[in-house]
Amino acid sequence: MTFDIPRIPLGRWIEGGLDWLTTEYSMVTRGISRVTQTGIAWLNDLLMWLPEWALLAAIAALCWKLANIRLAIGAVAGLALIWNMGLWNPMIETLTLVVIATLVAVVIALPVGIAAALSERLYRSIMPVLDFMQTMPAFVYLIPAIPFFGIGSVSAIFATVIFSMPPAIRFTTLGIRQVPVELIEAADAYGATRSQKLFKVQLPLSLPTVMAGINQTIMLALSMVVIAAMIGADGLGSEVWRAIQRLRPGDGFEAGIAVVILAMLLDRLTQSLRKPRREKG
Amino acid sequence: MNENRNVKIRVRHLSKVFGNHPKKALELRDKGMKRPEILEKTGQTLGLSHIDFDVYEGELLVIMGLSGSGKSTLIRCLNRLIEPSEGEIVIDGENIPELGDKALLECRRRHFSMVFQNFALFPHRTVQQNAEFGLEIRGVDKAERTETARNALKQVGLDGWEDAYPNQLSGGMQQRVGLARALANDASVLLMDEAFSALDPLIRGDMQQELLELQNRMQKTTVFITHDLDEALTIGDRIVLLKDGEIVQIGTPEEILTRPADDYVRRFIEGVDRSRILTAESAMRKVRSTVRDTDGPRTALRKMHEHSIDSIYVTRRDRTLVGLLEAESAEALIKQGKESIGEALTQDFRSVGPDEPMQNLFAMFSEKSFPIAVVDEQKRLLGVVVKGAVLAQLAQAAEGGNH
Repeated sequence: MTFDIPRIPLGRWIEGGLDWLTTEYSMVTRGISRVTQTGIAWLNDLLMWLPEWALLAAIAALCWKLANIRLAIGAVAGLALIWNMGLWNPMIETLTLVVIATLVAVVIALPVGIAAALSERLYRSIMPVLDFMQTMPAFVYLIPAIPFFGIGSVSAIFATVIFSMPPAIRFTTLGIRQVPVELIEAADAYGATRSQKLFKVQLPLSLPTVMAGINQTIMLALSMVVIAAMIGADGLGSEVWRAIQRLRPGDGFEAGIAVVILAMLLDRLTQSLRKPRREKG
Repeated sequence: MNENRNVKIRVRHLSKVFGNHPKKALELRDKGMKRPEILEKTGQTLGLSHIDFDVYEGELLVIMGLSGSGKSTLIRCLNRLIEPSEGEIVIDGENIPELGDKALLECRRRHFSMVFQNFALFPHRTVQQNAEFGLEIRGVDKAERTETARNALKQVGLDGWEDAYPNQLSGGMQQRVGLARALANDASVLLMDEAFSALDPLIRGDMQQELLELQNRMQKTTVFITHDLDEALTIGDRIVLLKDGEIVQIGTPEEILTRPADDYVRRFIEGVDRSRILTAESAMRKVRSTVRDTDGPRTALRKMHEHSIDSIYVTRRDRTLVGLLEAESAEALIKQGKESIGEALTQDFRSVGPDEPMQNLFAMFSEKSFPIAVVDEQKRLLGVVVKGAVLAQLAQAAEGGNH
């Protein structure tokens, strides 16, 4: 037996909504697009203007200072391999996208995460949204990005920000909520205002957790900017994409290995930021 | 004891209901229902009911009760870490439950410092920064708060540890930091919530003694919460005994030991009767310092300073007791340019034999607070008994009796 239930036109509604958004807010989207484009170009130019060896040395020094000599050596070896494979410029393009997407994601995520930690109502309304953002297949974000921002890097950043933001929000909220009640009580007992409590107690104590969230965000951003090659983002992703289209597994793997190296480097580097300074030395 | 002391905090009719409809619970309470019935009828817990007491300026008031008696709730109502459901808490003319948000912050900053059971130190701040916390919150400038916090740390014996982090310190030291944080803040009332309960017994005893010394020096109004009778008797000027959210008895340690208000209190102090077999000798302390009758007033005064005491026993060379010298008398002698202390001695103290029963010692303390001299048959000074020691001994006996 079959019932003749009309199909709910969910897809059509969403399309209608998106159309409306793109036409009504084309000013806004165009503005965002221009600003983002400029940012990407500027950072790209800066990183490419530096000679490879100089950037390599700078990154190695950073690794040494923030983590240890082993990471510095690893970074030099990995980056040298990328350089050698002729993937330096795509790597820089990918790095630029990751950095900018992460910056935008964190700038949005921190206040939202803090607000969600302090307000139970916001917390309860925002968690399902985050679940949605994270479980929706990443590719889906690429589609509406195009009518908003056209083919290219800006769309890639848009999709990446949405996809990579949830962990930063979640971890920020978690970190603040994990601060022991007795410390909050102590701050209250001495007459701390809400903002004093936040900046002197809650945020510093949640910092390691927040950093873990940012680390996750960076990893997700990296995976997304690679996928975003499908909508015309430059970088290592487009190398992989081209290798697929031309059926050249060697090229594909080379670019893939470059992604892995970049991922490991970013991961270790941000993880070393998580450790509170006083536990060192 | 001085009867007309100033009231620092006046608590009247204070009640606290945990739940969403406190009115209903309080109505039932007014109809004479007790905690369990109210819980059954309304699902709400009557945490505190009709609490009335005063905290005098400069006293160390102990609020004592077993777990569930409402003592933690009570101390948190004072600075409104927990909102009271009814009643008034008046400090320097301000009724705390009526204060707006801003006035409450101001009131907490000015009036209350708090020391917590589990220390509640900020792990991301150094010892120094922890001690500065209250001042920082109040916006005291950097130089002044560094100085004040340093002094507070010195007072609790932590100089040299300023740059350590709390997790590098032992429990006892951590609580000293907690205490320094409270002292540096220089609020008018010190709230101590089971402050020594998490420490091991030896350290705890030390901290109690130090608190008493601090208290003698600074005369800071202190409200101290504990579940431990021994501790309450040792440090309290007065004790408020709580049971099931109500006050059972308020009194000095002596009053509570000698005139328990009801069976509950009596059971609490059960075994104290063993005091009959305890003697002055068991509570006696070797004299830390005495003065020879041939010494001058300056020597005497210096010795008093050294041991931070304000009176000292004077003996002959063979240790026979000749009298007691008070610090003021010694100062007077110096001013008059006299070299001998003989004429300024007072005989206005009590002396007992080493086998004097302990319970007789209570009464002697109520008049004057000089330590009691313990002497042998030849009137040679064996030691002194201070008030805290008697109470501590009795309390230990009480605990021994409960086994």
